[in-house]
Amino acid sequence: MMQGRSWFRLFALIVGFAFLYIPIGSLIVYSFNESKLVTVWAGFSTKWYGELLHNDQILGAAWLSLKVAASSATLAVVLGTLAGLVLSRFGPFRGRTLLSGLTTAPLVMPEVITGLSLLLLFVTMEQLIGWPAGRGMTTIVISHITFTMAFVTVIVQSRLSQMDDSLEEAAMDLGARPSRVFFLITLPIIFPALLSGWLLAFTLSLDDLVITSFVAGPGSTTLPMVIFSKVRLGVSPDINALATILVGVVTIGVAIAGFTMTRQQKIRDRDSQMALAANQQMIESLKKG
Amino acid sequence: MKRLGLTGTNLVTAVPYLWLLLFFLVPFVIVLKISFSDAQISMPPYQPLIHWVSEKALQIQLNFGNFAFLVEDNLYWRAYLNSIFVAGVSTVLCLLIGYPIAYSIARSSPSTRNILMLMVVLPFWTSFLLRVYAWIGILKNNGLLNNLLMWLGIIHEPIHMLQTDFAVYVGIVYSYLPFMILPLYANLEKMDLTLLEAASDLGCRPWQAFMKITVPLSVPGIIAGCLLVFIPAVGEFVIPSLLGDPGMLMIGKVLWTEFFNNRDWPVASAVAIALLMFLVIPIMYYQRAQDAEAGGGLHR
Repeated sequence: MMQGRSWFRLFALIVGFAFLYIPIGSLIVYSFNESKLVTVWAGFSTKWYGELLHNDQILGAAWLSLKVAASSATLAVVLGTLAGLVLSRFGPFRGRTLLSGLTTAPLVMPEVITGLSLLLLFVTMEQLIGWPAGRGMTTIVISHITFTMAFVTVIVQSRLSQMDDSLEEAAMDLGARPSRVFFLITLPIIFPALLSGWLLAFTLSLDDLVITSFVAGPGSTTLPMVIFSKVRLGVSPDINALATILVGVVTIGVAIAGFTMTRQQKIRDRDSQMALAANQQMIESLKKG
Repeated sequence: MKRLGLTGTNLVTAVPYLWLLLFFLVPFVIVLKISFSDAQISMPPYQPLIHWVSEKALQIQLNFGNFAFLVEDNLYWRAYLNSIFVAGVSTVLCLLIGYPIAYSIARSSPSTRNILMLMVVLPFWTSFLLRVYAWIGILKNNGLLNNLLMWLGIIHEPIHMLQTDFAVYVGIVYSYLPFMILPLYANLEKMDLTLLEAASDLGCRPWQAFMKITVPLSVPGIIAGCLLVFIPAVGEFVIPSLLGDPGMLMIGKVLWTEFFNNRDWPVASAVAIALLMFLVIPIMYYQRAQDAEAGGGLHR
């Protein structure tokens, strides 16, 4: 009986993961294809990678995308952490429901709506106060912060709600100011969550096409915009090469982040267990004394 | 954390709050405003709603024409209905494919679980656009799938798969599957397995126990996953434009065309408002479910 069910589970996993990974695998394999016809194999070649390196349009767009992603991810982590802290630590307050709505709605909001509304905001602001003058990197970064901070907030919020707050309380009992408690206790403990929030915000920003197309100006073409305009015309092997590089970078990044996070987590768990044990001992000795 | 200084608390609350009000809520008000204005050829391409008629008199001109246009022209109706239908079918397909995967992962040993979940999330970290692009190479007439089927001798002529509704379903299910698996897994992993043992002790067959215990208990996960897939899929633009038939009507594509090709900002705004009206209920429902899940902080 159990045998049958474990066969079923194995089958579901194999089929599921094949579905998830075969397309990515095919992108990688055909990036090394000699032929320009992406699906006809004509021998191993790395020439598409060479062509990629000489494509100034793609390189320029990639550089802009990296700058946008790094700056918007950093600011999204700051704002998302504040929002997560407010939602999970400040208890009920007036307007909490609205804040929680504003942080979760961007997660599911169709991108065409977010993009259009942000563009109309920027146009209106320019008419009213003259800022932002025209559209370009600034407007893209602001838009990316807004939709990625929602993801950071969710990650931080769930990490904070799992966290044992007795350490924070202990620090406050010992007279630490709230800001000191945050920087010395809370921040180091939730740091892995911030790191994964940053990585997620970075990749989402690097990947965004729809919102960016609305808020980008004439001189600011990001990598997804270049890819989209090329891909619309059909498959081209240099895009496969680009995809392979991106997949490689992301896989390495996620692997390193995962590894450090598990290690950090183990150290933190051990430390907090030791702290709790010491605390327990102290209480015991106080009782005896 | 009650001892946090009042000013500090307010400042920490105010910064993300003001940001979201300004860059997420206010924009919708502006979209609403512009959806009531007339298009004109200028930059920005719409007329102001408020005119100074004389020195002291303000005239507000609301133009419901854009919405009337949406109602009259059955292109928009068909686009809305088709988007809802496509998103609905994709959601059901995601659930049917995602549930067995999430279930199988949740019932694996704890050490394999984390690795398998990492593998589910990993594609989500790689470019969405490029993952959709990968399907062009697989589905086109001389693509991988047709070549494989012809090589196996199952078909003799390539099947036309790219630029069909089938390709759009494949694209949506593929791209949104992790969003379905994540909440389902989170729910199934927490489930109390002793309930299943009890059922089996009382003579329940595994399949019955699954249908009577596991599935009902996982309803919150099913709802969260379905909303996470359905809501963004209704407004999907990239997948239908890359994989679908050029004539396929999806509301995200219509909005994009009105905005970028026809440069009719007021009609694009009206399309967005109408879409938002439809989605506001599922979005609020999702938000409440999400808050109940993450709301551990509220009880302190």
